Amino acid sequence: MSFLVVENLKKHFQVKGTDLFGRDKQVVKAVDGVSFRLERGKVLGLVGESGCGKSTLGRTMLRLLEPTEGRVLIDGTDVTTLKGEKLRTQRRTFQMIFQDPYASLDPRMTVFDTLAEPLFEHKLVESSQALNRVKELMDVVGLASRHIRKYPHEFSGGQRQRIAIARALALEPELIVADEPVSALDVSIQSQILNLLSDLREQLGLTMVFISHDLGVVKHVSDDLAVMYLGKIAEYGPTQEVFQAPGHPYTQALLSAIPVPDPDYKVEQIELDGDPPSPINPPSGCRFHPRCRYANADCAKLEPSLDIDSQRPAVRVACSRLDAVRQK
Amino acid sequence: MAKIDIQNAEEGTSLWKDAWLRLKKNKAAVTGAIILCIMVLGVIIVPEITGYSYEEQDLFRSLEPPSSDYLFGTDSLGRDLLTRVMYGGRISFLVGIVATAVSLIIGVSWGTIAGYFGGRIDATMMRIVDIMYGMPVIILVILLTVIFERNIFLLFFALGAVEWLTMARIVRGQVASLRKQDFVEALESMGVRKRTILLKHIVPNTLGPIIVYTTLLIPNVILAEAFLSFLGLGVQPPETSWGLLISEGVRDMRAYPWPLLFPGVFLALTLFSLNFLGDGLRDALDPKSSKD
Repeated sequence: MSFLVVENLKKHFQVKGTDLFGRDKQVVKAVDGVSFRLERGKVLGLVGESGCGKSTLGRTMLRLLEPTEGRVLIDGTDVTTLKGEKLRTQRRTFQMIFQDPYASLDPRMTVFDTLAEPLFEHKLVESSQALNRVKELMDVVGLASRHIRKYPHEFSGGQRQRIAIARALALEPELIVADEPVSALDVSIQSQILNLLSDLREQLGLTMVFISHDLGVVKHVSDDLAVMYLGKIAEYGPTQEVFQAPGHPYTQALLSAIPVPDPDYKVEQIELDGDPPSPINPPSGCRFHPRCRYANADCAKLEPSLDIDSQRPAVRVACSRLDAVRQK
Repeated sequence: MAKIDIQNAEEGTSLWKDAWLRLKKNKAAVTGAIILCIMVLGVIIVPEITGYSYEEQDLFRSLEPPSSDYLFGTDSLGRDLLTRVMYGGRISFLVGIVATAVSLIIGVSWGTIAGYFGGRIDATMMRIVDIMYGMPVIILVILLTVIFERNIFLLFFALGAVEWLTMARIVRGQVASLRKQDFVEALESMGVRKRTILLKHIVPNTLGPIIVYTTLLIPNVILAEAFLSFLGLGVQPPETSWGLLISEGVRDMRAYPWPLLFPGVFLALTLFSLNFLGDGLRDALDPKSSKD
């Protein structure tokens, strides 16, 4: 069995209606039936535009949000049913790296306190050994140990993200969900952090879910790619294959939007009309049909399932007009 | 905690240390703090060394002006005013400390619980605060003093019990915004216990605003006690407080100004000092809020 199995995962949020008494409740289907598998040691890139539910998916997988429906199996353990102390101890095995390293560290704690806290909380070290372990962790992420007594506000964004990564590694997790770990950083720092993550993954054999809206970054780091649109996966498969011949019209549009650093390079940019529809009231049938240039009347009625692409057996696409899309 | 012993480890500057450095540069706040220290020492020591008792009357020497015998003069019953002003200061400071402590305990726990748990608990708890805000506070205190039968410690308690509302609101707002911060989510994802998160991470991060509001709450409480004593509802003679001394002084203020002057000056000085210190602390703990 795969290391990470996500089955029909749903996360719905209730939002209050406009009514004075909060009646007329509406539901935001941020994640609406997502399934995928990931082998041990692989990296899944999760892409999609803002508000498509990729961060919610990451947080729901790690039980930072309670799933509405569905299952998440990490190394065979169903984490969606764990409760209380069992959940707390199990959290060791799956950790998260957050987007904004300025917000994800407690401003009143030194590097030592930040990194030692999870060790003490899970009784992983004796207090006499904590210092050595913290130094080791700092070394792993490339922070000089002379910084050990400093506070977060004395570091740059890149250094802070290193601290956050070290903290996630402190518990020796097997799965890491990285929620846009470089998008808050300067471009010059981004590649350093990305390389660090790649190195760590190789050294420690981590399995990783890498959430991003930057396709260039995802292409660089991930083995598999899942493209999300409005709470559902539109296309999912090995990164190479998806990049070479994107099947879903939405994936095509996304990939055509990657800037190429060559002024003479001409691509046909596929521009999408309009904003993504509201997840409170998603379009009927295929959720992408109002913005899709291949859509016909059936697309508004039938919701396509995520099926294996006959021409690329490793890839799954949720489009009922895949043949028509290919012909054009 | 293990002792950190690393060669050339650079000492970090904690936010507290940073704030302390900024506070030291603020002259008004430093002056305020010094005056307060002198005042506290004064009210503790002076009544013991004047040689007079605060309640010992000498009717032949009533309403004497300041002299070498009586540095501040005497009141209408011939009691040494210096002793009485300093003794009254004890009560005023005590009410400031006790009532503020009571409002701190109630306000911080109320606000923390409401802010951290959110949802319906939050809504219910804060609506209670809203309703209590709508009540005339002084009437409530007067009612409580009547019920408590004029025991001064119960009076202090009553003052604290009506002054916690703003504290609860401040803390609740802080906690509610901190709860949604990434670092709290990160702690949850690491499997850190809820109690640890609340006590070790959330409450310490709300301390800045709490300290600032406390320094501004103390003068409020002192003033409220002075007001109640002025109305004759607070401290009862021969016990005294600055508010009571002022109300006694007002009776003869045209002919004999000093029984009004001295407690008035001391009260004003204390309130100013606390306010300057509070302002300084606010700027020091939250550098973004100051203008420069």
